[in-house]
Amino acid sequence: MICQQCSQKPATLHFTKIINGQKTEFHICESCAREKGEWIPGTSNGFSIHNLLSGLLDFDLSGGDSGTSGTAHANKPQATRCENCGLTYSQFSKLGRFGCDECYSFFGDRLDPLLKRVHGNTVHIGKIPKRGGGRIQRKRELEDLKKQLQLSIMNEEFEQAAKLRDRIRDLEKNPPGAAEHNG
Amino acid sequence: MAGRRFMEQALSDWMRGTGPDSDIVISSRIRVARNLSGLPFPLLATNQQSAEVHTHLTAVVDEPEFAAINHFQKFSLVEMNDTEKQVLVEKHLISPSLANESRNGVVILSDDESISIMINEEDHLRIQCLYPGLQIREAWEQASRIDDVFESHVDYAFDEKRGYLTSCPTNVGTGIRASVMMHLPALVMTQQINRILQAVTQVGLAVRGIYGEGSEAIGNLFQISNQITLGQSETEIIDNLYSVVKQIIEHEKAARELLLTDSRTRLTDRVCRSYGIMKHAAIMDSKEAAQRLSDIRLGSDLNILNHIHSSELNELLVMTQPGFLQHIYNKSLPTDERDVYRARLIRETLSKSKSKS
Ligand SMILES: [Zn+2]
Ligand SMILES: [Zn+2]
Repeated sequence: MICQQCSQKPATLHFTKIINGQKTEFHICESCAREKGEWIPGTSNGFSIHNLLSGLLDFDLSGGDSGTSGTAHANKPQATRCENCGLTYSQFSKLGRFGCDECYSFFGDRLDPLLKRVHGNTVHIGKIPKRGGGRIQRKRELEDLKKQLQLSIMNEEFEQAAKLRDRIRDLEKNPPGAAEHNG
Repeated sequence: MAGRRFMEQALSDWMRGTGPDSDIVISSRIRVARNLSGLPFPLLATNQQSAEVHTHLTAVVDEPEFAAINHFQKFSLVEMNDTEKQVLVEKHLISPSLANESRNGVVILSDDESISIMINEEDHLRIQCLYPGLQIREAWEQASRIDDVFESHVDYAFDEKRGYLTSCPTNVGTGIRASVMMHLPALVMTQQINRILQAVTQVGLAVRGIYGEGSEAIGNLFQISNQITLGQSETEIIDNLYSVVKQIIEHEKAARELLLTDSRTRLTDRVCRSYGIMKHAAIMDSKEAAQRLSDIRLGSDLNILNHIHSSELNELLVMTQPGFLQHIYNKSLPTDERDVYRARLIRETLSKSKSKS
């Protein structure tokens, strides 16, 4: 098999990744891998998906939905530049890297298709920092309760709905700030 | 910066221990990526900003909570020479990007080298925990504990929707990469490996192996790791990896049994042939060394060879890498000379191991 990158040398690194059930195979020669700067000498795990992925991002973002290629850019007026660090969206899609933590909020929902493609998900459900995390925990709980409330109203379970409404009120009225320290 | 103990031994102390399933699983690793809020990621940070990151994070390591975990030493990358950096990369204690591209880069190592904390790599903070054998849960518990200590002293970049914010979108969310290094010679010999690895990639895991000319991975070593970091909890990620690795172990064991019953003589020949060549060859390139080491490791696991310990093989795996080789012989070596020195080092190590028994 010939290297996908240079189409000259035999591919000696073979790599498969699955994104949303879509399989992509990479076949690359050692010198191309080395050029990518992610090579750990002589080890079997010196191959990072990040650089391969940055190519993928580039492709994703210009193409819109999977499978369609083209140049049509999203015509929604969304932030194209992070006002905190100055990184533009097109720089991001070339680099495959964010410039700062605020890039995430400036680029906002525009990141959803990309995150969906990489992770199959767009929302974090794992560990939360303990400090300041109490507020987030409470917010998660509130959102959850509100969903349940809507559901029980839809199902005409009014007794249950009343209970839920009371709990939501309680939570909103008395944020258990005493439990949380700021340092 | 006195006493660079990481230069003295090829094998980190943690690798001398054994863990569950260590006949097939070489090591388990967790890497956690974190960033400080309010400072640009290392890619865009100015010198002053990366120095600030350095100051904040190294200060945490001096806190008493850290001493309770292990004894740590800090090393600045700018104060290291190229061989030292290369040795750390070969021992998997730092990444090539920390070695070559970081500004104000620091590595903080526990004495047994099971914990490596990188500052100003691709993210401000990367916590790595390595355990021998299949101990991926243990590695996560340790990494999470260290994460908690940092978190109690600094403000992390965290978003309630996206989780821990990282420089690369492939790490966002939990920021964890869990990986297991497996030795799978029997699955390769019985030609089941592709089918199995393909199945593995169907469940959101990545497999990495470096392949030689044919279809055999060099040294028959494969790294299995999670791809997804967002939308799954840490426990889900680790449990998923663990259960898949357990299944691969069962397949490898069955394939080893099959080889022993169906072709014991051929297997014995292959193992002993590799052992003989390693004990006597005068030129040995790194690819061949890795393949022969794999044969010897399998022979030792199956009691075809019974005076060789896996820790010696792990040691050889690291010692025969270019950086360490040049460090041992204390000079820079061109490739062809390296092969001569590598062969010499292997001969010496293997004859030492025989006299030990
Ligand atoms: Zn190439
Ligand atoms: Zn930014």
